[in-house]
Amino acid sequence: MTQTENIPVVALKNVVGGYLPGVNILNGVSMHAHKGELIGIIGPNGAGKSTLLKAVFGQVKVREGSIELNGEDITGLKANKLVAAGVAMVPQNNNVFPSLTIEENLQMGVYQNPKIFDERLEKVLDVFGELKTRLKQKAGSLSGGERQMVAMSRALMSEPEVILLDEPSAGLSPVRQDEAFIRVSNINKTGVTTIMVEQNARRCLQICDRAYVLDQGTVAHTGPGRELLVDPKVIDLYLGSLGQN
Amino acid sequence: MSNGDDGKTVRVIGDEGPGCRKENPIMVATNIKKSFGGLVAVDVEHIEIPKNRITALIGPNGAGKSTLFNLLTGFDQPDSGEWFFGNTPLAGVAAHRFPELGLVRTFQLTKVLGLLTVIDNMKLAARGQQGERLVYSLFPWLWRKQEKTLEIKAEEILARFKLFEKKDDFAASLSGGQRKLLEMARALMIEPELVMLDEPMAGVNPALTESLLHHISNLKNQGMTVFFVEHDMAMVRTISDWVIVMAEGKIVAEGEPEVVLKKPAVIDAYLGSHQDVDLGVATGRVTVPGGGDSDTRPTRAKRD
Repeated sequence: MTQTENIPVVALKNVVGGYLPGVNILNGVSMHAHKGELIGIIGPNGAGKSTLLKAVFGQVKVREGSIELNGEDITGLKANKLVAAGVAMVPQNNNVFPSLTIEENLQMGVYQNPKIFDERLEKVLDVFGELKTRLKQKAGSLSGGERQMVAMSRALMSEPEVILLDEPSAGLSPVRQDEAFIRVSNINKTGVTTIMVEQNARRCLQICDRAYVLDQGTVAHTGPGRELLVDPKVIDLYLGSLGQN
Repeated sequence: MSNGDDGKTVRVIGDEGPGCRKENPIMVATNIKKSFGGLVAVDVEHIEIPKNRITALIGPNGAGKSTLFNLLTGFDQPDSGEWFFGNTPLAGVAAHRFPELGLVRTFQLTKVLGLLTVIDNMKLAARGQQGERLVYSLFPWLWRKQEKTLEIKAEEILARFKLFEKKDDFAASLSGGQRKLLEMARALMIEPELVMLDEPMAGVNPALTESLLHHISNLKNQGMTVFFVEHDMAMVRTISDWVIVMAEGKIVAEGEPEVVLKKPAVIDAYLGSHQDVDLGVATGRVTVPGGGDSDTRPTRAKRD
């Protein structure tokens, strides 16, 4: 699945950054994603996984290093510019507009170019058919799993080249978690380069092409998901032996 | 983990089933109802939490698990119903009185005091602090010793939860998972009789989960009772003595984990058919028969 093109779609080079002055969460992270890859990011609590996604999406100040999109420097670019450039993000919480209907939420995904709404809607509903009959429903009345679905659809409306997902399975019941992973896989199969942060590390590694294990703001391990899944060091430090059944 | 059936078996009085009675319950609730507008969120006829055991509450998203937690801990008022903690009736008791009675809870979306340091968050929680009384507060030597003891205890718990290095940082600087851990650690400072945890492991990395499970199991040896909501089935299978299943506001099943988690209805509505399936295979990303490495334990034959 790893299609080799010379220039990765997303590349982080020694990124250092954080929220508070003087406190760095990311301590020199380097990683990349090639076109069409599904990349997983796992690691202990406080390792900087969500911060990494936010840095790519221009929501965390990058103090050193650079972030590139198709070889072009996008470090410090604002989120609206990034969306136009083909990056979309689905945050972990507060990822829908609760007082708007599903349809209106999806419209927000193309607010920079409303004319193409109908055309895009059709494509997105191909992936998320369940939403078709519920477009007029308020997003605030949806359950966590359904909101996740709406948030992902909204992100897809801009036809992004890269989609960033922050813990898509968080807070969902087991059957919904599995559905979420399958959904992520389906999105990725349409050709969207996908970077997914997950706490459900085992599931994440099962479906991703390559993964990075983050620890204290740097990359501690990296490799194909399937290899990390059976790597004793990774099991010991991050996966644990539970749930291996 | 405790040995033999002692400390693990839940003895049921009468027939086993949803809402069944138990020997020695710590909490008993009857006819708990709560609606939000037209939606009946919780409609529990009878529920008993066995004392000194670990009980899991599971169910699909929107089943009313967190709402039931809110009602039982005074964070929300039911439309009807009564419930008891030991012999103490809890209907109408304000939420802040619960810890004094020996009952603490944590939240799915954490509530830590961001502008206090981690260690202050911990110390604040302890019960019966002498310095809390106005007169005593004026004479530090009267409570300094207790304060010191609390600090040592807090540090010891923080170490277990891998937060010791963070003790002097503001709680606001913690990551989502770490806040979850702080909330759990803080609950233990109270030395409660009953701990209610709302999705304690959501957002906690799996290796740490494993060591925390060990600590949670140990709470039983200290005489505590644990009642928790969780979607992590590895956790439910590993530590719970009893499992209660909720759906659409009602209790639909309960029993020992090995029994309950095998019920077809529970698998259908909650666990899903992919439980034992490698998602890499299920999504067709990995082709296994023949080519795959055998030790990635790919499929058990697909169920239908």
